[in-house]
Amino acid sequence: MGLHRGHRARPLEWLAEKIILLISLTAILVVFLIFLFVGREAWPVVIGATNSSLAQEYQEIIPPEDFARVPPARLRQYLGLTRQQFEQMDEETLKDLMALRIEAKAQMPDDPDAELNTTEWRYLLGPHQWTGYDRPAYIWQPVSQIHKYNLVPLFIGSLKTTFVALLFAVPLAIAAALYVSQLAPPRAREWLKPGIELLSGIPSVVLGFFALIVMASFFQALFGYPSRLNAFVAGLALGLAVIPVVFSIAEDALTSVPRSYTEAALALGSTRWQAAWQIVLPAALPGVFAATVLGFGRAIGETMVVLMASGNASIVSGNLFDSTRTLTATIAAELAETVVGGHHYRVLFLLGALLFAVTFISNLVGDLVIHRLKGQLEGKR
Amino acid sequence: MTASTPTAPPAPPARRFRASTFEPVSFFCTGLTGLATFLILAILALILGNIFLQGGAGLSPRFMFGNADKDMFDVASAGVWPMVFGTAARVILMTLFVIPIGVTTASYLTEYAPALSPFTRIIRGAVNNLAGVPSIVFGLFGLGFFISAVGGTLDVFLYPDSPKPVWGKAALIWASLTLAVMTLPVVIVATEESLRAIPLGLREASLALGATKLQTVLRVVLPQALPGILTGGILAVSRAAGEVAPILFTGAAYYMASLPQSLTDQFMDLAYHVFVLSTQSPDIEKTRPILYGTVVVLLLLTFALNLVAILIRARVRRNLRRLA
Repeated sequence: MGLHRGHRARPLEWLAEKIILLISLTAILVVFLIFLFVGREAWPVVIGATNSSLAQEYQEIIPPEDFARVPPARLRQYLGLTRQQFEQMDEETLKDLMALRIEAKAQMPDDPDAELNTTEWRYLLGPHQWTGYDRPAYIWQPVSQIHKYNLVPLFIGSLKTTFVALLFAVPLAIAAALYVSQLAPPRAREWLKPGIELLSGIPSVVLGFFALIVMASFFQALFGYPSRLNAFVAGLALGLAVIPVVFSIAEDALTSVPRSYTEAALALGSTRWQAAWQIVLPAALPGVFAATVLGFGRAIGETMVVLMASGNASIVSGNLFDSTRTLTATIAAELAETVVGGHHYRVLFLLGALLFAVTFISNLVGDLVIHRLKGQLEGKR
Repeated sequence: MTASTPTAPPAPPARRFRASTFEPVSFFCTGLTGLATFLILAILALILGNIFLQGGAGLSPRFMFGNADKDMFDVASAGVWPMVFGTAARVILMTLFVIPIGVTTASYLTEYAPALSPFTRIIRGAVNNLAGVPSIVFGLFGLGFFISAVGGTLDVFLYPDSPKPVWGKAALIWASLTLAVMTLPVVIVATEESLRAIPLGLREASLALGATKLQTVLRVVLPQALPGILTGGILAVSRAAGEVAPILFTGAAYYMASLPQSLTDQFMDLAYHVFVLSTQSPDIEKTRPILYGTVVVLLLLTFALNLVAILIRARVRRNLRRLA
């Protein structure tokens, strides 16, 4: 299609081509903008420019008498209200809140933790012995009086559900991909593939609903564990979202192995299974690996399923049957309650930026592996 | 005569090379993979069966087209019409943004871009990457970029005196734009696939008759690719209609007394309503009928669209294979 004919003779043509090129840059622009704007909100936390200590919070006091002199936006930030809350309040309520705040300052807990800036990296990632705890602990409690922002419980929650999801989904999806692409009779193939792909058409909120209403009760009756919603149930439901992703990519990779490989193996007397298992699968192995990596990206980024089915308790525990809270669910559940530009808001954006980074890398790896594999199998084009 | 002829030893029967012997390991393993396939389909059938059997009963015209009550957990008066309207509005608005951009990008990639340039690779990489970004991150992006940056700036210039934000808040338009960004890869990939299925000869014939490149693309290639573009659009709509995470902060409202009147209004949403009903219901057993009913309506919307898209797509793929 590389017909380059006199551009100068056709200025309109030249212009159209450039406009098409410009519009097609949107995808790159968007990835860049996501990086920029999610990162921008999280940046103050990264460089340590936020301060969440109570001492800092109560440093400034605006007396109720000054109500008229303070700009509304400033007042809203001062009182730590969301925009909606702020709009619904009349002057009296706001003045009351301002008075309450002075009282709160007087009653500020005589607690060494009140002096801590909990958004520093060592509190975000390391354990700390909070007042009232008998040993250093990892705690995520952003709305308590002392904002505890330890990310470790959330990491563990995300990894636990993702682990269960992959353990359930990957073997099943790859076995199905092997069957559909190599072993199934061609006629069955025609409807098996769209059938499995139909699973990706179920919205994740419906999977979450199904896990919450049906699966949770079923598995609790089956295994008899105490907490109804836990990493196990969430992981299984998440697996249902991952299966179509892994299946599609693995099936595609397996199908792109040239038919001559299989035919040669069959001619030498192997069974169909032996050809599929010993010849086709090894040839397509990078593709299967990529499918797993992309499945991981899907699992760790999925929100609604885990928000609804994981129980959302941020506890550090290795037990799969404990209730758990993931990175994505935390953002979804808490962001609406935060003050725009506040430290809680920024820490949640930091979680989003981390998620973006993780999925960006797993996508990149998966993409590169598939590209190389296709190049090898189809010959360098 | 037969007796006198020296008889050759009877030829050994032709050996069948394939499946001559029964190989138990192969048989077992083939069965195992077949079982995995069956299991996935069985789970799918189980989910759909459960939902449609329990939810089908609750569907009534009153429920489908009735207005939502302030108390949306009341089984007798529940209606999902405002949610259906909100979902339809955000999805239709989204297609207005995503289809032109997606189709243009796909045409660039297949018709104009040199196949091996690193630049094309970067665009492809960005598209693939966008497809894998978690939906909640799109929600954050919508909040940080569309609402705070774009909406906030619009407010500064258009309504400098307004005490309340007009554009710089959650709104229908921002939810649609966020979803458009999210579904861009779906449209690009589907369109690209169908553009590739069009024989090169068609383009060459058009060029040989003196048509310019642009004319060829607009009048010969794109009309042929219409089924594929349609598939992309349908898939994007079905994906977007079921998403909740991107619209949590960018436009969905828990309750609204009236339908959205303008682009800057918030809206009630079907998928978000499923989330609300299943997590915030005061008595889940009592509200079960409306919960199932809402899920059925949502599935009818997304799933029916998906089925259509998969069928068209299977057809496009078959054509593609025939050409290859």
